[in-house]
Amino acid sequence: MNKIIEWIDKRFPLTSNWKAHLSEYYAPKNFNFWYFFGSLALLVLVNQLLTGIFLTMNYKPDAGMAFASVEYIMRDVDYGWLIRYMHSTGASMFFVVVYLHMFRGMMYGSYQKPRELLWLVGMAIFLVLMSLAFTGYILPWGQMSYWGAQVIVSMFGAIPNIGESLQQWVLGDFTLSDVALNRFFAYHVVTLPLIMLVLVFAHILALHEVGSNNPDGIEIKANKNPKTGIPVDGIPFHPYYSVKDIVGVVVFLLAFCGIVFFAPEMGGYFLEYNNFIPANTLQTPDHIAPVWYFTPYYSMLRAVTVNFLWVDAKLWGVILMAASVVIFAFLPWLDRSPVKSIRYKGKYFKTALTLFVISFFVLGWLGTKSPTPLYTLLAQIFTVIYFAFFILMPWYSKIDKTKPEPKRVKE
Amino acid sequence: MKKITIVIFILCMAPFSDLFAAESGMALDSAPVSTTDNASLQRGAESFVSYCLTCHGASYMRYNRHRDIGFTSEEILTKLVFTGQKVGGLMQSAMQKKEGEEWFGVAPPDLSVIARSRGADWLYTYLRAFYRDDSTATGWNNLVFDRAAMPHVLYQLQGEQKLVVKASDKGEQKTLLLDKQGEMTKAEFDKFVGDLVNYLVYLGEPHANARKELGLTVMAFLLGMLILSYALKREYWKDIH
Repeated sequence: MNKIIEWIDKRFPLTSNWKAHLSEYYAPKNFNFWYFFGSLALLVLVNQLLTGIFLTMNYKPDAGMAFASVEYIMRDVDYGWLIRYMHSTGASMFFVVVYLHMFRGMMYGSYQKPRELLWLVGMAIFLVLMSLAFTGYILPWGQMSYWGAQVIVSMFGAIPNIGESLQQWVLGDFTLSDVALNRFFAYHVVTLPLIMLVLVFAHILALHEVGSNNPDGIEIKANKNPKTGIPVDGIPFHPYYSVKDIVGVVVFLLAFCGIVFFAPEMGGYFLEYNNFIPANTLQTPDHIAPVWYFTPYYSMLRAVTVNFLWVDAKLWGVILMAASVVIFAFLPWLDRSPVKSIRYKGKYFKTALTLFVISFFVLGWLGTKSPTPLYTLLAQIFTVIYFAFFILMPWYSKIDKTKPEPKRVKE
Repeated sequence: MKKITIVIFILCMAPFSDLFAAESGMALDSAPVSTTDNASLQRGAESFVSYCLTCHGASYMRYNRHRDIGFTSEEILTKLVFTGQKVGGLMQSAMQKKEGEEWFGVAPPDLSVIARSRGADWLYTYLRAFYRDDSTATGWNNLVFDRAAMPHVLYQLQGEQKLVVKASDKGEQKTLLLDKQGEMTKAEFDKFVGDLVNYLVYLGEPHANARKELGLTVMAFLLGMLILSYALKREYWKDIH
């Protein structure tokens, strides 16, 4: 065995990479519950890739056959229902895991120096994930696939001057049709997964370059054992975190399989009831709502109801929606706090983060509802709170009373 | 920190709670669904091919799949297949789409996954809520689905209902009254529709029972894994302080 590894090591950096990224990658020993979601995101990604491959074997990207081919998978392909539910549940769980992963970063200041680039690569992954979700949701060619996509694509049309031609360029047709289904299929199964894999690779490389943050938000590399050069609060990722992450994986799989096997529709949130109706290009559904993970942004899209500053309401909606996603990327430069972790930040930051989370959930909930005057007003109020969290951050994070950070991580 | 976690947890659960129960509409009756009751599913399947399949298709479903609910291949051919198809054929409607459009204004929808889009309770209530209405093209209307294009296919069994509108403090209250008795009593008809809807639920997802059965095995395996993986983690982490 050793001889084989020796032979490989002379030709390929196997042992050195194993050490650099696993057995001698020193991670802080105080990771808590929130630190499971990075490895879980990787797990879900692998799940999506594997189940996706098997789905493409029987799925037909053809407007006339797509819906039936999904039902063929659900009925006639051996364990097709399992693979399809794993993929559809995986899509939603990907967002659950990624949102929790991002929230962890916001709580513990993981975006702060020196992890700005790590955060930005993460943001790029988030955008690709959203594109994957969007292009994937079209594929079953149900009513919600069709009309949801129609709403999203029509946002291109809101851009002045070039909007309409841009929309046609994206669709390859005057309306959403078989042409778009084919190209979105290509994006969903080839282009976007490739980009995703490269970005995830870069995300992990960047992480291992700067080292992991931790719930105390202090740099473990600042305190190394002078003899060994190993951070005193660091432990090798393998075996300590590999065995710990396995526990996380099993707990996650309990929830995941609970959904796959006992509630794959998740009350209409993971698989929408209206998407069990084949796409009908002539009949707009009474109520169009995106899947739950897009509803906060959808609420903000609908929140602007008046034209102002020579820009009409629809375009403002699109701008706000795009801004609500992109604004996360600015966090490393918006946060002026001297400390990273929420444990040592003051009341202002804690209040702001709590309000942000509440507004995210309220906007998400509103996005599933048909608009009424009250709901629109609520959406407007919470859109303001959502953006205030970011825009006012340079101010409140600076004047906030922080506590002193400890020298060593706490247990 | 803990407080934030609790708030987040509660908010996560909110969309699934009664706090945000579905929009109001007509109250639906609860359908007696039991997809493990093969006798009921078989009765439902036979009613489905006799009463529904003439106009509606269930074209994502194959006849031979009905072995799941206890039919033999011979029984499938004698009891379910009336269109000369093979036992592995798809359950297609006898009516062409174009004819449907001409006769009803809209082509009758495929029913393969209707229970997944409409829900069992809606179907159960809808199929029992037809009433006479001379103002419509078919002479029938429906309390759940106003001006439904579908006529009351089961009127010989149920009889004819008429609409009774009562003014009350809360506005108009609409109820249905049996005007002409059909071949069945109310209890018999409810059971008939119950079986039919039960079958539609099965039809929507034929593997649902297999899914739940496999799920139990998987969950049991994962619980075992949880104990093992936690023990492994504890063993390794003993020396970390």
